Amino acid sequence: MEILYVMIPLGLVLVALGLWAFFWATGSGQFDDLDSPGWTVLEDDEAPPPDEPQPQDDAPREQGR
Amino acid sequence: MSASGHPCFHCGEPIPRGLVIHARVAGRDEAVCCYGCKAVAEFISGAGLGDYYRYRDTASTRADEPPRPDRWAAYDRPELVERLTRAEPDGARSITVLLEGLRCAACSWLANKALSQQNGVLDVSVNPATARARLVWDPARVRLGDLLRVLEHVGLRPHPLAGEPSEQMALLERRDALKRLAVAGFGNMQVMMFAVPLYFGAVSGIDPQMREYMRLVSMLVSVPVALYSGWPFYRGAWHALRARSISMDVPVSLGILLAFVASVWNALTGHGEVYFDSVSMFVFFLGLGRYVEMIARHRAGSVADALARLAPMTARRVRAGATEDVQAVELGVGDELLVRAGEVFAADGVVLEGDGRVDESMLTGESVAVPKPPGTAVHQGTQNLAAPLRVRVTAVAGGTVLSGIVALLERAQAERPRLARAADRAAAWFLSRILFGAAIVYALWWFVDPSRAFPATLAVLVVTCPCALSLATPTALAAATAALARRGVLVARTDAIETLAKATRVLWDKTGTLTRGLVRVEDVRSLGAISSQQALEWAASLEQLSEHPIARAFTVTGAPTVRASDVEVHAGRGIEGRIEGRRLRVGTRAFAAGLQSQATADAGPDAAGDESGESRVYLGDESGLLAAFTLSDPLRPEAGHCVAGLAALGLPSEIVSGDQPGAVARIAARTGIDGHAARLSPQDKLERLKSLQAGGAVVVAVGDGINDAPLLRGADVAIAMGRGSALAQTSADLILVRESLDELPATVSLARRTQRVIRQNLGWAIGYNLAALPLAAFGLVPPWLAAIGMSLSSVVVVLNAMRLSRGSAPRRRSGMPATPQAEAA
Repeated sequence: MEILYVMIPLGLVLVALGLWAFFWATGSGQFDDLDSPGWTVLEDDEAPPPDEPQPQDDAPREQGR
Repeated sequence: MSASGHPCFHCGEPIPRGLVIHARVAGRDEAVCCYGCKAVAEFISGAGLGDYYRYRDTASTRADEPPRPDRWAAYDRPELVERLTRAEPDGARSITVLLEGLRCAACSWLANKALSQQNGVLDVSVNPATARARLVWDPARVRLGDLLRVLEHVGLRPHPLAGEPSEQMALLERRDALKRLAVAGFGNMQVMMFAVPLYFGAVSGIDPQMREYMRLVSMLVSVPVALYSGWPFYRGAWHALRARSISMDVPVSLGILLAFVASVWNALTGHGEVYFDSVSMFVFFLGLGRYVEMIARHRAGSVADALARLAPMTARRVRAGATEDVQAVELGVGDELLVRAGEVFAADGVVLEGDGRVDESMLTGESVAVPKPPGTAVHQGTQNLAAPLRVRVTAVAGGTVLSGIVALLERAQAERPRLARAADRAAAWFLSRILFGAAIVYALWWFVDPSRAFPATLAVLVVTCPCALSLATPTALAAATAALARRGVLVARTDAIETLAKATRVLWDKTGTLTRGLVRVEDVRSLGAISSQQALEWAASLEQLSEHPIARAFTVTGAPTVRASDVEVHAGRGIEGRIEGRRLRVGTRAFAAGLQSQATADAGPDAAGDESGESRVYLGDESGLLAAFTLSDPLRPEAGHCVAGLAALGLPSEIVSGDQPGAVARIAARTGIDGHAARLSPQDKLERLKSLQAGGAVVVAVGDGINDAPLLRGADVAIAMGRGSALAQTSADLILVRESLDELPATVSLARRTQRVIRQNLGWAIGYNLAALPLAAFGLVPPWLAAIGMSLSSVVVVLNAMRLSRGSAPRRRSGMPATPQAEAA
């Protein structure tokens, strides 16, 4: 059980490190907006040319009724 | 409802029957409800942002009218922009913009993409939680006005915020609270871990040295939790005490500090029990509840934002015959302003020149525009609908009618009957009894055995104080807040949930709350040889030259495609003109039919003056009547359901409106509301509310407009509509983000369930404490049993509260609202 005298302080150091990282992330605005960045992965790499008909997709549109 | 079954592709509102407008989106024709929505949808698609329609999870805000690029002309002038915005490195400028209509993450994606595509935009960050965007741009490459136009084109109406210190402060406050919450969370987990060997050690034996070690380590971790994470509570308690009042923070702080100090004492002396786990758990849960509440409050916004939305930041001043764009704050009494059609007055004034019609609905709730001939007064925040007006400023800043309403608002808030205080009083009462009891225990033990007096007293304090009792309310409220948020009901003040459970009456605003708040062409019926589409186009072409408020309904819905000539306005009857060689009339039935016989038509009642709130307008030519249009401010389809649902819960409804008696009576009849009062000023509404409250009623007020804001502030529970004015939202306890009245009865039910859960929790906690208190006072409770009992008691309370977030399954909506029910009565 003596190992606990080493492990617990070690664990506390890790917690402190985690907290430090969290503080840094909060301070740099990482948590200011938790919703919209998730959408960026859905973006197409290239915007389709304006007003050009898309290849016809027959899948039912989500916007439908 | 005379609307076709299909909702608008863009905004999801029902498309008026007989109307066919298509927007070309991603190579398809999609049906939309008006030309505003068509313009927005096509712009979005044309800019390659059509994905927005796939990702959004709520329908967009209806584009009331096609974008008006000239609205932002003032923001094209560099010297004005320089004063309104802040300097950034390398000559860039930055500004924070409030985005009206930003409702989901997809909207913020849209705003971000649309702006980032612009040349010269250096950085954009959009925060959907607060509906704000921060723009950094290079003024040498792009004008601020152009960026604002882009935002308007994608359907998000921008409101530039000058200075914006409040926004920056709110951001820092959120970050600060998040850090404190993180410390409490991490600390809580660690201390729980160290608590396990202590509990089990108490049962099965533990090396005393290891026990000492665990206790000291727990203390080490708890210090930042109690001091750093708990700091906001102490600060709040200190402020309350200095103001000679007791807030919830006082017993909370006392509980935390007493348990913490007692535990530190015991840990250092090596005697008695430590309760670091209870302390950190308590701080964490309370902090969590406060954090959720703060996010909702920030989202609801501040009064400063509301004023920014209402009163424009710029004005056009006439000086020595020339006009110049100036900041609204530079205006003085006696200045002369030029206010064009569609613009909002920047100050109160008197009309000097021009024959205007002004939309004062935000001040009075009246849905019909008010004529403003020279010599009449106009007010800050109202909108000029028609001809350009020259106005002499009579009041600015604090002297305007609008700021008077804001002042009324602040007073009503101060006088608000705070039922919530009851909870505080109960806590204070309980606390004083415990302190009293502890003192007695100490005194008695002092006579029996002085050496055991202190431990026994501490046992009393700790066993009763920082446990299930304190968690009973915050956990239930946090769970209910989360459950409501999933249903599209935002809770800006959590104790409103408790008050809502006790509510006995509902006061409704009419325009914009029970109705949609916008006069529109509800039905087009062809009577002659032409299609209804054609009829609408012709009517719109004629009406676009009219200054009549009804004309707005046409130009919003119809397409002013062809040019009308020889247009003549017949006051009170309608408008006549020539389109493609055909003489046409739009107006009252007699007037429109009058062309046929060439007789001078006698004037029927003015269509706009029809008090029923629903009016009929006809189109005719020389061959007779061609089409009939029904105009109305449509009732929300779910309003009847909602009123009935509330009545079933024991909440009778009443309408207090600033509108015409006829229109109010019609809506009251269709929703099944008995009590209604019309033509009320904000002050009158507040009076009505006060007389109800004096009779002992607990009143819920539902409203959307500025004229409702004092009513909302004074009500026991205030509910605002998500698209309503910002001023109404700042006064609100709950905000219906999706504007679905259906959620109201469900919200009341949930509030009552919450109340029940709180009672169960309190009953359990008090019962446990009452059982444990005497045992602890006699020194009979073994420490490990007290600790386990306390933790179990807390777990029971938390689990019971969590029942609230289950059950009411979130109703996910895809892009469209449910098909509008056909029921109308």
